[in-house]
Amino acid sequence: MKTQGKVFKYPDNVDTDVIIPARYLNTPDAAELALHCMEDIDTSFVKNVKPGDVMVAGWNFGCGSSREHAPLVIKTCGTGCVIAKSFARIFYRNAINIGLPILECPEAAEEISANDEVSIDFDTGIITDITTGKTYLAQPFPSFIQNIIQSGGLLAALKESGGSGNE
Amino acid sequence: MGMTMTQKILAAHAGLDTVTSGQLINARLDIVLGNDITTPVAVNEFKKAGFDKVFDKDKIAIVLDHFVPNKDIKAAEQSKTCREFACSHCVSHFYDVGKMGIEHALLPEQGIVTAGDCIIGADSHTCTYGALGAFSTGVGSTDMAAGMATGMAWFKVPSAIKFELKGSLPKNCSGKDVILTIIGMIGVDGALYKSMEFTGEGVASLSMDDRLCICNMAIEAGAKNGIFPVDEKTVAYMTGRCERPPVVYSADEDAEYEKIIEIELSNIVPTVSCPHLPENTKPASELSNIKIDQVVIGSCTNGRMEDMEVAYNILNGKKVADGVRCIIIPATMQIMRECVERGYVTAFIDAGAVVSTPTCGPCLGGYMGILAAGEKCVATTNRNFVGRMGHVESEVYLASPATAAASALTGFITEYKED
Repeated sequence: MKTQGKVFKYPDNVDTDVIIPARYLNTPDAAELALHCMEDIDTSFVKNVKPGDVMVAGWNFGCGSSREHAPLVIKTCGTGCVIAKSFARIFYRNAINIGLPILECPEAAEEISANDEVSIDFDTGIITDITTGKTYLAQPFPSFIQNIIQSGGLLAALKESGGSGNE
Repeated sequence: MGMTMTQKILAAHAGLDTVTSGQLINARLDIVLGNDITTPVAVNEFKKAGFDKVFDKDKIAIVLDHFVPNKDIKAAEQSKTCREFACSHCVSHFYDVGKMGIEHALLPEQGIVTAGDCIIGADSHTCTYGALGAFSTGVGSTDMAAGMATGMAWFKVPSAIKFELKGSLPKNCSGKDVILTIIGMIGVDGALYKSMEFTGEGVASLSMDDRLCICNMAIEAGAKNGIFPVDEKTVAYMTGRCERPPVVYSADEDAEYEKIIEIELSNIVPTVSCPHLPENTKPASELSNIKIDQVVIGSCTNGRMEDMEVAYNILNGKKVADGVRCIIIPATMQIMRECVERGYVTAFIDAGAVVSTPTCGPCLGGYMGILAAGEKCVATTNRNFVGRMGHVESEVYLASPATAAASALTGFITEYKED
């Protein structure tokens, strides 16, 4: 699995309230919610994002609320991957559960600039900044989590295992 | 090597003798929780995956609290989805308007959670129940759906930071000042993926409401969970209340901690988190030039009976400053009723405050106290992110009920000093 696209760069501690403000959470409809993705810190994101584009952010991306709507709107906007120095734990878990590819790579998150063209190979964890020619190696997922992603999310993985919830 | 308190609870629920940090386990769940925002997404996932029954109707709690009484048509539709799901699966702990409360005040109050439990909730402040000596953590809607179907969840066993509490709090401080001080010290990701285990002789001086408040905001330091040991106060709180027998776990003597941080409670001062991160803490006394437009006293962090009592003791017989809207939200119907019986509601109204039915409302910028551009609010809530309570150019200052009530009287951020 691969993605390639333009970089949208964000700072440390991007919280779920700015990813999708709670004032819109009176609907579970992902397409409707996605119209407001990032709007409290970047009103141009929704207008400019194209399928495969990449978010690059600092430490503790996705902190705050447990709302699964946050990774869901990022995915629904067409974002191919989020690279961050670190992720808040509930966001990390939710992203895996709904199938939004995310990678922890402090070096890449530090050096890659806004608007760079970046390609990511999820099988190898190699991130290539096509604009600068530099490559980075992200932390691979543990095999337990790779199984969830390969199955297409947590519930699909559960169904494959007979729905018992046991490994 | 010994285990932390959290690790012992997780090991027991995974059917293992021991676990170590970093280990991936599948654990049995005692309670799976959702609210009116996260449950509709979970219901959708539950149905999409083809599940037709819940694992145990008595181990699921669905609480309508974020946008109820419904703020608009869409919110009403979400509540309806929850109601129909709860009804069709005979969910015994379903709380609708009239008996609902803010989930993290309601579940301990109603005895639905108890010591030794392993709990997931599709709400980040699910970590609150660690105050009772339970492992409890926030997850998303898909985890909630999987939990409702299977009664199991996967976890990566966390390492822990130990907070050794000493002494006792000054009279004008509460659990809120303790947790804000700690978040200011370690930062919003200072406990990322880890447990925050509170221990030491200082624990005995903290009330259950203090402990619930402290564990509630563990997530604001990035933690997986916060947890207190079970002592006489915990047992007294649980006796006659909890529907399942408590199981008491304690950390091994030789448990390994990533870090041990000593907190001298007598050195805590009234503390405020300035915009736009909970880690931006300052003593309330240094912020007396900040003029405010609104005060909110409530939420899953500080809407409990002791919080109402503190607000009453400060506001009774006084007047809220001109130009300040003071909104008080008892967290559950039981707390609301007690506020009525004790005459608090009359005193609040006489002081010029308003009293709302239980709701998360303003805390997350839903309704019932939204801020306009440029407005400032002192709130006993838990987050002060950009746009959290309304306009992106509004500001939220997080504080204790004492600081919030004292600020309501002056119109500026004010350190409460007893007369």
